[in-house]
Amino acid sequence: MANITTLHNKSTDQARRQLSEPFWVRWLLISSALLFLSLFLFVPLASVFSEALAKGVETYLAALQEADTWSAIKLTLLVAVISVPLNLFFGLAASWAIAKFEFRGKSLLITLIDLPFSVSPVISGLIYVLMFGLQGWIGPWLQDHDIKIIFAAPGIILATIFVTFPFVARELIPLMESQGCEEEEAALTLGASGLQTFFRVTFPNIKWGILYGVILCNARAMGEFGAVSVVSGHIRGMTNTVPLQVEILYNEYNYAAAFAVATLLALLALVTLVIKSWVEFRMKQQEIRS
Amino acid sequence: MKTNLLRKFAAVATLTLTLAIPGFAAADTTLLNVSYDPTRELYQDFNSAFAKYWKGKTGDTVTVKQSHGGSGKQARSVIDGLEADVVTLALGYDVDAIAEKGLIKPGWQKELPHNSSPYTSTIVFLVRKGNPKKIKDWSDLVKPGVSVITPNPKTSGGARWNYLAAWAYALHQPGGNEAKAKEFVGKLFKNVPVLDSGARGSTNTFVQRGLGDVLLAWENEAFLAINELSPDKFEIVTPSESILAEPPVTVIDKVADKRGTRKVAEEYLKYLYTDDGQKIAAKHYYRPINPKIPSKLAKVKLYTIDKAFGGWQKAQKTHFADGGLFDQIYSPTK
Repeated sequence: MANITTLHNKSTDQARRQLSEPFWVRWLLISSALLFLSLFLFVPLASVFSEALAKGVETYLAALQEADTWSAIKLTLLVAVISVPLNLFFGLAASWAIAKFEFRGKSLLITLIDLPFSVSPVISGLIYVLMFGLQGWIGPWLQDHDIKIIFAAPGIILATIFVTFPFVARELIPLMESQGCEEEEAALTLGASGLQTFFRVTFPNIKWGILYGVILCNARAMGEFGAVSVVSGHIRGMTNTVPLQVEILYNEYNYAAAFAVATLLALLALVTLVIKSWVEFRMKQQEIRS
Repeated sequence: MKTNLLRKFAAVATLTLTLAIPGFAAADTTLLNVSYDPTRELYQDFNSAFAKYWKGKTGDTVTVKQSHGGSGKQARSVIDGLEADVVTLALGYDVDAIAEKGLIKPGWQKELPHNSSPYTSTIVFLVRKGNPKKIKDWSDLVKPGVSVITPNPKTSGGARWNYLAAWAYALHQPGGNEAKAKEFVGKLFKNVPVLDSGARGSTNTFVQRGLGDVLLAWENEAFLAINELSPDKFEIVTPSESILAEPPVTVIDKVADKRGTRKVAEEYLKYLYTDDGQKIAAKHYYRPINPKIPSKLAKVKLYTIDKAFGGWQKAQKTHFADGGLFDQIYSPTK
């Protein structure tokens, strides 16, 4: 009996050795991956925090409480609070339509949803300038009616919505497609209403997917630079978001403050990563259970 | 459970909104001053001085908001609808571009004294401590092995002044003519390793990234770089001759009339011409136009754009338009 187990162990060991790369190749691959990661991820991240704290914790906290920075933080939160729920709603509707129904022009709709991913953010901003700018299509009309879109919060929100358009939908479409429509059909034949079917059948199946999409959408909404920069007008204390404020502070030779504000974005990224891995973990669990 | 979550979300949303709204709430009057890059510190100072003056004179509160960027880009934003009550840009050409779209009445440059430029500046050299390459004047910039940092004249107002200052210098040398000036400036730009899009970008390239032997910069920008960053690392070299830069200021008529801010906007600009305004300009290393205000800056022989180049429109057309002299001189693929 003992002999058999040792034999068995030996053979699996041998098999493993034969199937995998030699020790030094594995070691080389792992260490080069680690080296690359630390050079391009950890070192910059650490330097952001060390630069931010270079002049002490008091300077750091003072930089975050400065009025213009504070208003940039508020504007960024406002933008996220408006654009993320809208894109959540849109993403749900679009992926629902695409995954559960057959209709003409479906692939066209999928392409359109992906469009913001393939367009440079600068162009995303410029389309709004071309539409709502004073020299644009409806700019003069807006001006006459005293409606401000670009160079004000609405323009920044619009540009952010455009850029973060695909995140939720892209996350949900494959998930919903893989789940098919059988469960919904069963619910409907048993007499559930549309809303009941959604909340009791569809939603529990996709809730982790939704959360995943929302997190990514939120991270991008708060961190977007290019598109927002074009439509912002850079009015201090009014139309600067956090990423724009970082640039301004840096250009003012105010490096400690610039990096202090940048740590907010870095922290956002870290929190996003943590929640993301947690959600991924929960999604896997759900998959195993079903 | 679900309604609970919804309610929580609604609460968070409302809270964030209430937090955010005071940021947009205006005081009695707000003005927006759309300016170019190096004036940030000047107008921060000046705006609070003006607010105080205005409060004392009329009892009203005025808050002046600022927006800064490359001069040409800022003009473009105003043309596209950025509601500036006043603009304070790097050069008349950019203000002309706004006037062409009908936002400013023609003849704006005669509205205020001294071509509507309450302060002037010029172009100087910033070199590394001890001046290791012995750069004294424009002629030293074309020597082989000297690396010159300047932004791109196509996008930066400051860079156009740099370029024209070099041109004017070459033109006024003994035996100087257009062909020799072109050759001189061409040689100078052969020594430029990187063209940033704006003045602040170039300063960061020179100061932070440590590129180049000499930075061509606005005089006030050079002093600011020295004082704000590291007085022991750089020095300023004032060339024998340079160009008189006149950054103009004006009210955007369409916006001011629509917002009902004309009076305070005009007073704001006029305050730049008072002794207080001039002193603030001098403090931030601009050259005050009032000769009675003491200035720390060295006296230099300065050429005006009108005399040396026949005005901005002409200079822009000959030098910086597509296919113009700058395009002929500078080929990035060298």
